[in-house]
Amino acid sequence: MGDLVWILLSAMVVNNFTLALFLGLCPFMGVSARVETALRMGLANIFVLVITSLCAWLLNSFVLEHAPFLRIISFIVVIASLVQIVEMAIKKFSPVLFQQLGIFLPLITTNCAILGLAIFQTNRGYGLFQGLAFAVGAGLGLTLALVLMASIREDSERATVPSLARGTALVMIIAGSLSLAFMGFAGLGSAT
Amino acid sequence: MRETTSTQDLVRGIWRENPVLIQMLGLCPALAVTNSVANSLAMGGATMFVLCGSSLFISLLKKFIPHEVRISTYILVIATFVTVADMVLEAGFPTLHKALGAFIALIVVNCMILGRQEAFASKRPVGRALLDAVGTGLGFQIALLMMGGVREILGAGTFLEMPLFGPNFEPWVVMILPPGGFLTLGFWLLGLSWYQERRKKAARDQGASQDSNAEGRAA
Repeated sequence: MGDLVWILLSAMVVNNFTLALFLGLCPFMGVSARVETALRMGLANIFVLVITSLCAWLLNSFVLEHAPFLRIISFIVVIASLVQIVEMAIKKFSPVLFQQLGIFLPLITTNCAILGLAIFQTNRGYGLFQGLAFAVGAGLGLTLALVLMASIREDSERATVPSLARGTALVMIIAGSLSLAFMGFAGLGSAT
Repeated sequence: MRETTSTQDLVRGIWRENPVLIQMLGLCPALAVTNSVANSLAMGGATMFVLCGSSLFISLLKKFIPHEVRISTYILVIATFVTVADMVLEAGFPTLHKALGAFIALIVVNCMILGRQEAFASKRPVGRALLDAVGTGLGFQIALLMMGGVREILGAGTFLEMPLFGPNFEPWVVMILPPGGFLTLGFWLLGLSWYQERRKKAARDQGASQDSNAEGRAA
């Protein structure tokens, strides 16, 4: 049990997907302008990450044993179809949630955090529960980074930023500072 | 779509529409593996290979790919080339393969590659598609080297593992760590927008002085 907690914590803050491993930067740049949308995007990500982790575990333990060279291809196909299925299921069972998530759901397919999770999980040889803990941790970490970024950007709109630095340059430098702050967690749990 | 010449196809991606610095595509690898020049070179090379291979393939097959499933087809073709690149690196350069880790596999989701297929290779003849792929790949490589160069020189005091500054240099370790990636890209973007602003201003000043000359002559 302690093992699982460490995997979760480590994926969430120590090796934060966005700020330490640079995964999922597209939504990080794209939808981090408002806290509310950032939060929703993060929650959608957690959801897809958990299901992906489950599917990757199934594929790894029952199919890919015999054909490891097909790993990348089968992961990407599974993720693309998975997002499609999840989208249809949510649309059927909870139209309200579907409307709230909107365009963010299909965009998740091209988010490298999802494929990254499946590959890391495979490389580290995680079992089912370890994989799930890893997915939840990674998703929470993404959400945390998105929400932090969005709240800083909302505030920075009221600041007088020199015209040169507006736009992506500013976002990058803010991300750099956030990443520096997250480096503070680096020693945590390094024993495991 | 506006017609372009072959030279434009090749040159465009290198600087004016640089995938990383101007279009902000493929940011994940541009930040994640550029902590040394060697890694940047390897990542750029692998991406170039995948981009050229899939552009060639998709341009050849464009008549046979049904419109409805084109994106999935592109992803499958790209994933195949990524698998080849992954295996070649693993067999030929095990140390580099280890340093790049999962990021070789993550070339599949590099939006730059999919973008070129959708916007260019699927509509153009084979030669053009290949030129465009080479140009974009070179642009990506240049951007990676700009990142990797700064980060290795400041962060380790070396260039391609050759020491540059002598024994008294204290390396800025933070540049090799993740924050250094964000900061380096941020400062490059700042520098580029400063340069563009200056050029725009110079062009404006020139235009203004020409206007006043014209007025003087008219008077």
